[in-house]
This record gives sequence, structure tokens and C-alpha cells, in this order.
Amino acid sequence: MDAAIEVADLRKTYRGRRTGEIRAVDGVSFRVERGEFFGILGPNGAGKTTTLEIVEGLRKPDSGTVRLLGRSPWPHSPELTGRVGVQLQASAFFEFLTAREQIETFAELYGAAKGRAAEMLDLVGLAEHANVRCEKLSGGQQQRLSIACTLVGDPELVFLDEPTAALDPQARRNLWDLMRAINAEGRTVVLTTHYMEEAEALCDRVAIMDSGKIRAVDSPAGFVRGLDAPTRVTVAAGQLTDERVKELAAGEHVAEGPNAIVFETRDPRKLLTALASDGALEGLAVRTANLEDVFLHVTGREWRE
Amino acid sequence: MSLGAVREPRQARSKAYVSLVKALGRGWLRDRSQVFFTVLLPLMFMVLLASVFGSTGDSASRVLAVGEVPVLDDADPEDFTVTAVADLDEAMLMLREGDADAAVVQEGDTVRIYPSPTSQTSGSIAAGNLSALVDNVNVEVLSAAAPGAPVLEAEVEEADGGGLRAIQYLAPGILAWGVAISGVFGAAGTIVDWKRDKLLRRLRLTPASVKTFLGAKVSVNLLVAVGQTVVFLAVAALGFGLELSGWSWFAVPLVLLGTLAFLAIGVVIGGIAQTSPGAAGLSNLVTMPMAFVSGAFWPLALSPTWVQWISYLSPMRYLNEALQSVVVYGSPPVTVLPQLGFLAAFAAIVAVVAWKTFKFDEL
Repeated sequence: MDAAIEVADLRKTYRGRRTGEIRAVDGVSFRVERGEFFGILGPNGAGKTTTLEIVEGLRKPDSGTVRLLGRSPWPHSPELTGRVGVQLQASAFFEFLTAREQIETFAELYGAAKGRAAEMLDLVGLAEHANVRCEKLSGGQQQRLSIACTLVGDPELVFLDEPTAALDPQARRNLWDLMRAINAEGRTVVLTTHYMEEAEALCDRVAIMDSGKIRAVDSPAGFVRGLDAPTRVTVAAGQLTDERVKELAAGEHVAEGPNAIVFETRDPRKLLTALASDGALEGLAVRTANLEDVFLHVTGREWRE
Repeated sequence: MSLGAVREPRQARSKAYVSLVKALGRGWLRDRSQVFFTVLLPLMFMVLLASVFGSTGDSASRVLAVGEVPVLDDADPEDFTVTAVADLDEAMLMLREGDADAAVVQEGDTVRIYPSPTSQTSGSIAAGNLSALVDNVNVEVLSAAAPGAPVLEAEVEEADGGGLRAIQYLAPGILAWGVAISGVFGAAGTIVDWKRDKLLRRLRLTPASVKTFLGAKVSVNLLVAVGQTVVFLAVAALGFGLELSGWSWFAVPLVLLGTLAFLAIGVVIGGIAQTSPGAAGLSNLVTMPMAFVSGAFWPLALSPTWVQWISYLSPMRYLNEALQSVVVYGSPPVTVLPQLGFLAAFAAIVAVVAWKTFKFDEL
């Protein structure tokens, strides 16, 4: 069976009169297997959306090839678009229609079965808002309706372009559950995001993108393992003698402040057991390396949101 | 992978077309500002302009008789409303204020007429009516003196069967203008909306093709234009006494062709503008001068020659002329073939310009 997505050496350069040449996508290659939850993580302006638009078939690359479910997305073919669902960054709706009319129109465009529209409204939790005009829905509800429109054609492959941007934390968590459910049904999901925790929570594999290039691809856990970064263990100050601190640090880095002591260790189990037997667990915090550290390591730059 | 779910393309296309027309048409009907713009605004203009142009001509001339004016004794009260004033100074003051159309002084055999300097049109009408009255009196005197002599008598017949009241020439012009603004504003506004909400981009990713979607969008605009025409002509006929000729139905193909031309203009504007206010401003900049040089609000013959020359470039002029010919004068459609040809050529040329200059990446 073909991979869900195969992308080889995509390049796209914009030439603006004032901005000069911008290499929005600069030699991007990746492969997404069927059923995978694949994330593209990067700061704003990294080239995520342009890459996605080329893969979806909205833009033509200057060079490089794209295969979606074994076919080229260019030229437009109803056989392919019927199997792919796309959610764009802006919620694109027909003006002045209700949520139900909106999704029914999309259902008809995808040739979906009659009951499918109502089913999808239910799935995204908008059944009771079915008769509300789209412009009156909240931001989170609009995003969910937009995702429902994406799913109404029963796609094998789903693209979600920053669906949680500009949502409050509660709405974001709700959307995470929805995205997990979509993937659990066996659909391949490609998600772009500039939230580290989102990529960490949802994705099987993550591509880190910066300045038009994919810097690294791995699972979130694999990234952190590969980083070989120490675990930082923090306890409140005043529970340990200076000698004991030195002893516990065992040659590794330790920082003592007026309120807290921060150990960096490669063997957190041993340190934590020792702290427990000393009864010095007040103010305990354990922080392992996360994608933010990975981004810093991979790109050599601090994460900027 | 099985592709059994894919239906026969043509059937799928026409189904997609129907659901798009339904969705877009529903949206249009719910947009109150659109309904106002296309239906109510032209009707408001008709009421306004009909009352401005319709008030002169029908009423009697208001004449001030200064002192004794025996010639006015025979005046038909339907033609003259006579008010007596003491002296000429008072009469002049009233003329200046616009309270009367002319003043008359009679000294023996001389009738002096002072037409209004304020309202020159009604003033000269009054002066003409007064001269005719004097002539009539003279004819009576001469006939009495020489009973057998033949006398010439002029009979005034109004052109076009006398039916060309203000509404007859106003209605086609305002309709042409109404069709123009809904076409230009509609297309320009839609394109700016698409730049913002990316609806077209989203629809490109469905199995329905862009052509189907654009076809549905244009169809809705054409349907709107037909609805607008029917409502407008019905209100003009029933409410304002517009007399519709037997060829009036031909207004429909004329308006459809005109709408295509105006939509093309709107697409060019929508390509340039980046915001809704920008699109509205540019649309005004095009449609307002076009209305003034096209005889939409008053007969072109009243405009200076250079305006009449410019009007040859305006599609609104040809739509106005053609509507006037078939709806008001009842000329058969063959007589408006030149106008049809121009509208078609204009629509085609502007559509090509729109297509070539449009930046599809922005949508």
C-alpha cells in the first residue's frame, strides 16, 4: 500500500517587490504512513502553511514532487479530493447560513450520505447549535464546525492547519479530544501547530520546521531521548546541609538559590530515592526535557511563540 | 483502494451546482443590505426623481396681475392661476422669492410679460402661455373684423402619443443603474470577502470544481438581476403608472447581458481592492460617474456634447437605451441589436482583462 503522503524536495520561493526573495519552502521532504498522527511544528513564518498548501494541491511548488494516497494532487481530481479532508487556517463558511445548512452543503459537495451531516454535527458537539448562523458561533464552535465540514466526506487523510490557534485553553483541550478520536478511527491526520505541548500530546511523529526547512523528524519521546538532556529536580531550600547537597549532586550541576535547590541529573531515580530517605521532598518539582529544549537544540535558537 | 463511491462526473457536477446555488441564494436573501441595495435603493431613486421631474409641466402657471390686466379675464383657470398685486415692485419681489412664474402688466394695447428669473424653465413656460393667450385674443379680434378670412390654427400633439411622462424615461435609466450597482458592488464585494474568508480556497479542495462554483455564483447574480427587474418594473407600472409595452419581457435578456458586463467590472475592482470599504469606494467611483454620463437619471439630450461622447464608452448607456426602446417605446428586439452587440463585446473584453490581471493566489 502507498504511504499516505510522500513529499520529496519541495521548493517554493516568493519574490516580493519590497521583501525581495523569500524561500518559504526550501527543500522539504517527508513521508507520512497511513493511520499516523503527524505534526509539523514550527514558529509562525516557518513555512508550515505554505508546505501544507502545496501538499494539499492549492499551490504549485517551484520544484519537487507530492504524492497523496499514491496520486499527485495536481491537477484537481474529484477522486482524490473526495478522499482528503482539509481544514484551512481561516474558517471558510458560506455567509448567512446556519451550522446545519453549512455542513449539509459540504455534505452534498462531497456526495456524502444524507444522515452524515447530522452525525458530524453530533460528533463535534454542535447538535444543539445546528440552527445558529455561523457568524454567531464562538471561535471554538466555528473551528469545530470547520472540522465537521472537513470530516463530512469521510476522508482517509485529514489536514488540520493550526486548528487551536486563538482558542482558550478549555476549547483547545476539547479540540484535542476530537482530534485524537479522528485519528483513532483510522484516519491519517496531519496537524500544523506552533504549540509545543500540543504536538507532544497528540502526535506520533513530529517534524520540526524552521526557516523553510525541516530540521528533524522523530516521535516526541524519541526527540527527548535523543537530546540526552539531564532531568531537573527542584526542592525547597533549607532541608539539606551543604555537604549533603554536594554529595547528592555527585559531580553534576547544582544551583542553590535562597528559596530552592535545583539538581541536574542523568539518574533521577537514584537522586529521588535519596531525597525521599532524607525526608527532603518539600517543594519537589521534576522537569524532564521537552520539545522546547529539542527545538533549541535542533535549530540553535530559543523558541519564540 | 476501491473507488466505488465516485459517481458519474456529470451527475455529480450538476448536483454540486444545485447545492451551491441553493447555499449562495439563501445567503443572498438573508443579507438585508444586499436586498436594500438591489431592490429598495432603485425604487427610492425612482420616487425621488419622479417627484423632481414630474412636478413641472402639469400644473398651471402662477401669474401675477399688476393692476388691471383685462387680457387675463379670458384665461382658462387650468392654464393660469392669477394673483392680483398692487404694483410692479411687489411683483418683482415675489418673482425673486419663487412665489410666482411670471408677472404681467397691461398698458392699453401693450401686454408686458416679466418671466421669473429664479425658475427659468417655469418662467419661460409661463411667458409662452401668456403670449399664446395674447395671440388668441388677437385672432378673435381679427376674426370679428374679417369674418370670412381663413385663420391658421396650430394644434400641439405631444410626441410618443403624449404618454412620455417623467416615469417613462426615468424608469429604464434607474433600472439600468440598479442593475449596474448590484452587479459591480456584488462582484467586487464577493471577491474581497473571498480574500478574507478563503471560501473559494476551501471549495477548491472539495470534489466540486472551481468552475462549478463560479458558475453557481454567477447564476445567483443573474437570478437576482431578473428578480430585481421584475419587482422594479412591477412597482413602476402599478405604483407610478409606467406603461409597459408588449416587448417588455425582452428586458430580461437585456438585463442578463448587462449584468455579465457589470460583474466583469466588479471582478476587476475586487482584484484591486483589499478591504470591503475599499471595494465599495472603488465601485462608487465607477458607477456614479457612469450613471451621470449614461442618461440614467435624466435624458442624455440634456447633457453637454462631451458627456454624450463619453457615454458611448459606458455599458450603462446601452442598457438604458435598449430598455427604453423595448419597454417604453415597444420597439421589437431587432432594433436594439447594436446595443446588445456592444454590451456583449464590453462584457467579453472586461472579462478577459479581469481574467488576465487577477491574482488567484490571493483568494
